[in-house]
Amino acid sequence: MSEAPQAGRRRPRPERHLPGSRLLVVIPALWLIVFFLVPFFIVGKISLSQTVIAQPPYLPVFDLAAGFEQLKQDLASLSLDAYGLIASDTLYLFSYFKSVQVALIATAILLCIGFPIAYAIARAPRGWQPVLFMLVVLPFWTSFLIRIYAWMNILQRDGLLNQALLALGIVDTPPAWLASDTAVMIGLVYSYLPFMVLPIYATLERMDETLLEAAADLGAPRWKAFWLVTLPLARPGIVAGMLLCFIPILGEFVIPDLLGSSETAMIGQVLWTEFFSNKDWPVASALAVVLLALLLWPILLYQRAQIRAAEGPR
Amino acid sequence: MIGATGVTNAAPGGALVQFENVTKRYGDVAAVANISLDVMDDEFFALLGPSGCGKTTLLRLLAGFETPDAGRILLAGEDISQVPPHRRPVNMMFQSYALFPHLTVESNIAFGLRQEGMARARIAERVREMLALVKLEGLGPRKPHQLSGGQRQRVALARSLAKHPRLLLLDEPLAALDKKLREDTQFELARLRERLGVTFLVVTHDQVEAMSLADRIAVMNRGAVVQVGRPAEIYEQPASAWVADFVGDVNLFDGEIAAVEGGLVRVATRTAFQMVVAGSAPVGAAVTVAIRPEKFMLLTQRPEARDNCLPGTVSDIAYQGGVSLYRVRLDTGFVVQAAAANATRRGAVVAAGDRVWLAFAPEAAVLLPPGEAS
Repeated sequence: MSEAPQAGRRRPRPERHLPGSRLLVVIPALWLIVFFLVPFFIVGKISLSQTVIAQPPYLPVFDLAAGFEQLKQDLASLSLDAYGLIASDTLYLFSYFKSVQVALIATAILLCIGFPIAYAIARAPRGWQPVLFMLVVLPFWTSFLIRIYAWMNILQRDGLLNQALLALGIVDTPPAWLASDTAVMIGLVYSYLPFMVLPIYATLERMDETLLEAAADLGAPRWKAFWLVTLPLARPGIVAGMLLCFIPILGEFVIPDLLGSSETAMIGQVLWTEFFSNKDWPVASALAVVLLALLLWPILLYQRAQIRAAEGPR
Repeated sequence: MIGATGVTNAAPGGALVQFENVTKRYGDVAAVANISLDVMDDEFFALLGPSGCGKTTLLRLLAGFETPDAGRILLAGEDISQVPPHRRPVNMMFQSYALFPHLTVESNIAFGLRQEGMARARIAERVREMLALVKLEGLGPRKPHQLSGGQRQRVALARSLAKHPRLLLLDEPLAALDKKLREDTQFELARLRERLGVTFLVVTHDQVEAMSLADRIAVMNRGAVVQVGRPAEIYEQPASAWVADFVGDVNLFDGEIAAVEGGLVRVATRTAFQMVVAGSAPVGAAVTVAIRPEKFMLLTQRPEARDNCLPGTVSDIAYQGGVSLYRVRLDTGFVVQAAAANATRRGAVVAAGDRVWLAFAPEAAVLLPPGEAS
């Protein structure tokens, strides 16, 4: 057997020269280049351009046929104006801040709700687990948009929620739910719950329950065993769930647009407006680039957690 | 030095653990049925039985992972039946070892000590002591997945001993080790137990392991204890045909008592003529005669004596180095097993197809109540 790595994190890996192994790396690399890197560079380039009323609505448009001199001139005309605009207008900064705030709060609520659900499913009798698992996944079977419209219905002034509250005598006058931050939060938590539950369930489900017996045997009461054993072992799932929720919520467009108020726009909505209403592609692109930069650090954290999980025991 | 329940020292040689009419049911099945059993202080006790016999349930009852449906469990005279596992001065070494994968070897061993609120410096000292005890010095900072199976077993042992338990429960401690390592570890366990003066209660399905490790063995079958005794007693004086068959190899002959002659009885067996066996039983009683393979003398010539001499033909031979096992088809058609040490280097003195006579002394056979072997 191999000795554990003493120095550094590098492990000697046997060099394998299977004929197909190169291809296995090349295909995803090509995929990333064609469908991610190239579009990203296009967006990045547009963000450095100027708005014009034309088709496409920005300048310069690189034309390789026009010759090297023209290309040089075009390159020189690229500018950071769009970024300057974003930095100077508090509307954009406020939207970024708002998005981060909403995403953080939503992720925290999702964790508080999602972990107990995942824990309950993982501890349910074996026969029940597939059923409960299905119930969590079931909403995916209807269109996301339809589900959000359904929430609009529920949250209307004379919607199901208010009817229920009035019937139970909890409120006298029906409160307005729609077009509020609360409505956005309800929509977000509802929509992203499976993304929190599933990875946590996956880690809890494969946890060896004799570890808890071992903890009890060594003198730890249940709550302490949970704190010292269950929680640390569920951490990869918790981190994955939080990132799977935080990242898309940060750029979320549909839910705040349909359930939220128009005053407090999240960055996804601002981006949409710049692209489609204002036709300001450079600013919209710049917003997207900044958003990506914002998203990069949680993604990096996610990858680190994944590497750590992979190095650990199964 | 004993943990939270403040158990006082029982008199040396007294019972440390007492099961009193303990029953544990899972649904309709009684995993443990009305068991009473004493484990003495400072002994190496083994629960031996096939899988599903209830031995692991008994261990889990003692650890506190299960509570009995009826009866009491006393530890040093104190009823612990309802005490939760984390308050029992008992530690367990799990079959899967159950090492915490996210903690280092050191933290695994320190886990129990930290629960006691021991001072940091003393914990570090104790961990060092335990690592030295199981000869794993220097491996403290590793994670369990960076260790070999044998090393993991040692960490599990160190972790379960770190708290100075009064009683250590070992669930199939050697099952996951390969044969050579298993033999080494057996001696290691016995040495450790004597040095630390901890009572060991080991659960195993391996009769060789139980016999070589334990001072006393309780043989279990179908939720009941069928025999308790020293290893030699259980091997040489099995209480039933089932025990004889489970502990070691045995030839069983069903029959009935034909005559009583002083301390001997003449048994008319259905499968192998008449036998003269030491023991007593009334004429006409149904009995089973058990003879272990090594108790037979393998003769190539018909001996003088007429009694206890079974003629047959060797059907095949299993050479095992030190001994050879012979399957002999008796003239009655019944096949028995005989073992003989290979005392010379010429190998077996008989070959398959040879005519042989199996002789045995009346004292070499055991007279048992009739019973089906498993």
